[in-house]
Amino acid sequence: MNAYDDAYDAHDDAYAAPDTGRLSYAYAVGRATPELEIALGPATGMDGAPLRTVAAHGLAAVVCDVPEAAYGERALRARLEDLGELEELARAHHSVVESLARGATVLPLRLATVYLDDVRVAAMLRDAGPELAALLGRLEGRVEWGVKVYADPSAAASPSAGTTRPDTPDAPAPEAPAESPGRAYLRQRRAQRTARDEAHRTAQEAVRRALAAAAEYAEDRVTHRPQQGELATGSGQNLANEAFLVARDRSEEFRAAVEEADRGLPGVRIEVTGPWAPYSFATPVRDPAPVREDAVREPADAAGGREEDSRAR
Amino acid sequence: MPGDGTPWDHVPRADDVLLRGFEDEPALAGRSVALIDLLDRLLNGGAVLAGDVVLSVADVDLVHIDLRAVVRSVTADTPVVW
Repeated sequence: MNAYDDAYDAHDDAYAAPDTGRLSYAYAVGRATPELEIALGPATGMDGAPLRTVAAHGLAAVVCDVPEAAYGERALRARLEDLGELEELARAHHSVVESLARGATVLPLRLATVYLDDVRVAAMLRDAGPELAALLGRLEGRVEWGVKVYADPSAAASPSAGTTRPDTPDAPAPEAPAESPGRAYLRQRRAQRTARDEAHRTAQEAVRRALAAAAEYAEDRVTHRPQQGELATGSGQNLANEAFLVARDRSEEFRAAVEEADRGLPGVRIEVTGPWAPYSFATPVRDPAPVREDAVREPADAAGGREEDSRAR
Repeated sequence: MPGDGTPWDHVPRADDVLLRGFEDEPALAGRSVALIDLLDRLLNGGAVLAGDVVLSVADVDLVHIDLRAVVRSVTADTPVVW
């Protein structure tokens, strides 16, 4: 059909990596349009390599050359296991995708997608063309926003939240008669439990409100795992970590509505991040996620031990 | 981006308008993006394409698991409360 196909077919089955020591790192796929070429602009790829497009069947992948010594399977595997190297790769990948997404509709590819050469990239565009085109159509004019809800009990216990502090009634008055250690222990435990239940209810309410507010504006939603561990940022416990697909021109309304959702809820914080390139929505479409229907489900479900991605592949 | 690069003089008017529209947005630029937010998206999102991929994170179970351990690691004495 075209030069790419011919080249690909000619090498089918027994195609070996060309002996150039170069591989093609792919960042994103878009339609082969002037906008995409323009969006490449002055951006550079890994290690400053120039970006280029590989076009086939009306689609174009944005790629750059990378040295096999650093990006071949063995080398890349080792690098990905090093958090510092992983961060470098992730930020380099993101910086290209981000530039592209600002100027064109693109489908971000997963980190570390490396092809033997451009011929293979073109073959991928040929094989996955219809699906890629459908995904691009769905992402056109849309951006991703992240919404995270945190419970931060220390904030709830601050003086500004004093009257709603659940353990206040149980606190001993200064002139209270001495009580036995056992009794004091039990009272303290009860107060802690009450405080925790109260914080839990408040947090549930915040998650419910945030998701409901987001659902007003979002077209799709993907649930990420709540953030924990050494990389987790921000104080408090992350209860919900959601991504929403929102029309670009409704972004401000979306953001305002979601950020409003923790009003009057002590000890709860809502963090909105974005706009992101639609990373979380670049996976094949199954049924649209129920943005509205289960938007008010219980946070215990919303936050507890689920899969990374509610549209599990 | 318009304004900080060179080859913008020839940009057609329609594209120019389009690009200015995007320019208006506050972007998640550079280091201001939290790594964990980025990894949520780059390791769990992004299209995974078939074909002769030398390596894509999705195919590397061991790496994936190791990374998740880093990202998710919960110390034994802080069970999930909620």
